[in-house]
Amino acid sequence: MVDDPKFTPSRRRFLQGAAVAGGAVATGQLAHAQAADPLITDLGEQPWSQYLGDGVDAAPYGMPSRHEAHVVRRNVPWLTADSVSSVNFTPLHEMDGIITPNGLCFERHHGGVADIAMADHRLMINGLVDNQMVFTMEDIMRFPRENRTYFLECAANSGMEWRGSQLNGCQFTHGMIHNVMYTGVPLRLLLEEAGVKTEGTWLLAEGADASGMSRSIPMEKAMDDCLVAFAMNGERLRPEQGYPVRLVVPGWEGNMWVKWLRRLEVGDAPWHHREETSKYTDLLEHGEARRFTWEMDAKSVITNPSPQAPITHGPGPTVLTGVAWSGRGTIPRVDVTIDGGINWHQARMSGPSFEKSMHRFYFEFDWDGSPMLLQSRAHDSTGYVQPTKDALREIRGENSIYHNNGIQTWAVDESGAAENVEIG
Amino acid sequence: MKTTFTLSALLLAGSASLAFAQEAPAPSRDGGYGLGRAALAEEVTAWDIDIRPDGQGLPVGSGDVWTGEELWIAQCSACHGDFGEAVGRWPVLAGGFGTLDGEDPVKTIGSYWPYLSTVWDYVHRAMPYGAAQSLENDDVYAIVAYLMYVNNLVEDDFTLSNENFLDVPLENEANFFMDDRMEVEFPVFTQEPCMENCAESIEITMRAAVLDVTPETAEDEAVVQEAAVTEEVVEEVVEEPAAAAAPDPELIAEGESTFRQCRSCHQVGEGARNAAGPMLNGIYNAQAGTREGFRYSPALVEAGEGGIVWDDAALTAYLLDPRGYIEGNRMAFRGMRDEADIPGLIAYLRAEGGE
Repeated sequence: MVDDPKFTPSRRRFLQGAAVAGGAVATGQLAHAQAADPLITDLGEQPWSQYLGDGVDAAPYGMPSRHEAHVVRRNVPWLTADSVSSVNFTPLHEMDGIITPNGLCFERHHGGVADIAMADHRLMINGLVDNQMVFTMEDIMRFPRENRTYFLECAANSGMEWRGSQLNGCQFTHGMIHNVMYTGVPLRLLLEEAGVKTEGTWLLAEGADASGMSRSIPMEKAMDDCLVAFAMNGERLRPEQGYPVRLVVPGWEGNMWVKWLRRLEVGDAPWHHREETSKYTDLLEHGEARRFTWEMDAKSVITNPSPQAPITHGPGPTVLTGVAWSGRGTIPRVDVTIDGGINWHQARMSGPSFEKSMHRFYFEFDWDGSPMLLQSRAHDSTGYVQPTKDALREIRGENSIYHNNGIQTWAVDESGAAENVEIG
Repeated sequence: MKTTFTLSALLLAGSASLAFAQEAPAPSRDGGYGLGRAALAEEVTAWDIDIRPDGQGLPVGSGDVWTGEELWIAQCSACHGDFGEAVGRWPVLAGGFGTLDGEDPVKTIGSYWPYLSTVWDYVHRAMPYGAAQSLENDDVYAIVAYLMYVNNLVEDDFTLSNENFLDVPLENEANFFMDDRMEVEFPVFTQEPCMENCAESIEITMRAAVLDVTPETAEDEAVVQEAAVTEEVVEEVVEEPAAAAAPDPELIAEGESTFRQCRSCHQVGEGARNAAGPMLNGIYNAQAGTREGFRYSPALVEAGEGGIVWDDAALTAYLLDPRGYIEGNRMAFRGMRDEADIPGLIAYLRAEGGE
């Protein structure tokens, strides 16, 4: 069996009281301890039950338990030239439910994290509008607000896997995603305030950071469900997520969700800026490239077990879980296989099902201790079924970098260890 | 299962629990909310820097290939290489012709980018890395002219201006097309999939462990745990009386903040490595041009051999005017705006990087 630091006692003492592994359960008999568990019988082993803990002034802003210090975003140093224009990854294998805690939301910056005070920020609307305008944050927060839960996925999520299995861990293969409840003003209301001229069919969104991040967005989308958001999961945006204000472009690739949003320009044609020409275009096999591939296709991944979250408990009742999402709607169904796709089972969906939001699925089964090939397959509300990686490659080749939503396979061995593999 | 669902749905239908599904959108108001203010023309001019493929937004100006080369070597080559071939993993900007349909496509301005306006816009808005928007308009024209030259688009006597900007189209423009996933992929990926006995047997064809490029998380965890264990020890160390000549922590903090201008190229402190610029551990009082393994400009090596040692005076002079102090060196930095920031920066380098 594989060691998991989570379940290793903090004190260097063997758990005499631990039940003999799950095998007994499978036979229907109650497991028996070999000796009394000192964590129950010996008060000296339970100082938390005897001595006082921290008071209410110890952590004015609370942090996770110190026993969860391993739950962090991680980066892959070889991916980028430096850590300022780079990316780190959400630890999906350590999470549950559908909401990503603010401190674990992956980061992707092109010029580092801009440090802007709420009072120093300005949002300008210019171009083809009746009135070119400037808003302070105070102005923005006087408009009517909405609360919406959306996933944000980087178009390059799983981009390292186009040519085959590369990284061992769903954090690295699928961690360029987070799912957050935003509070913000519909972009529509700000554009109505400035008055979009009839020829204004495109919007340029621009950030205040040192990369001046800029993306062209069709006016139809801007007027539909985009938000100018200032809060995430009930608190102000984190600096690395665009404090004080970011654009929310539901279901569309994360690069368009411009952080530190400082300007919106209305125009009559797209701008074809760097992040929609040189980058975030999908090179196909024959040398031609798709542009404006905004929507994120339906996708899912099993987060547990996975390479960073092996099975440590041996055979018997096992919880398999994962997440699924679609830029086109909800996820009514996820299929799961443990034999590499010979037979599939419908997983159990649990938790709220919102449009363009992450969904949680579970599949509970009794593991017999033999090797497994785990896969999940998302179905979205439009009828789209998550394809295999080979089916994607057949259409797109291997040079796309972006929009890899192929089915992920984890191989689990007899010890419960999992590895990123491809099968055929 | 199905019955339960129907029953609970019926129960819920009469309650307020479904309210979120029927939520009304935030309301518009006729004539607007009257919030915000009119933007002044000069404010729009200051921020409206975007350029479009049709030339909209281009300012009046011009620059030639040779001027561009000088600017390039000084401000861009540390990351992008002398000819746009790139250093390390920084973006390659030239060459790559004929590679797009091969196994290893090299996507450069010449081989891939559809519009020249994108180059002008991006160089002006975001470059040089770490000193965005510091180039004059004519400098941007010159750098773009140089990039056209190294991509074989123009001869070395070319001058680019707002007048002739649209005359040289980029070859790959025609090879971009609008997202067609809904037409090409959607019909294929909406078939009801097989659920039972879908294959005879399944084999593993590739393993990530063979490549083994995953970051060493186990090692990281060990470090984290060690850090937790040594917390108490660290507290004790902090309690020790400070040495007599201890540097001013406030000055160091100011220097740390100033170092933000430097860190896109330079690393200092534990684990610092050479990057676009040399790592700066022990730089104080060291001979110029001697960080092991860094590819210095000949000018900087000569300066060190000629006796320049990075003491307060030399660092101050260099940081104020890098190119004036050591002519021909390649540090892509124009110099500190405020001399008063330099003592803090030096204190930070000494504190973080040692003597």
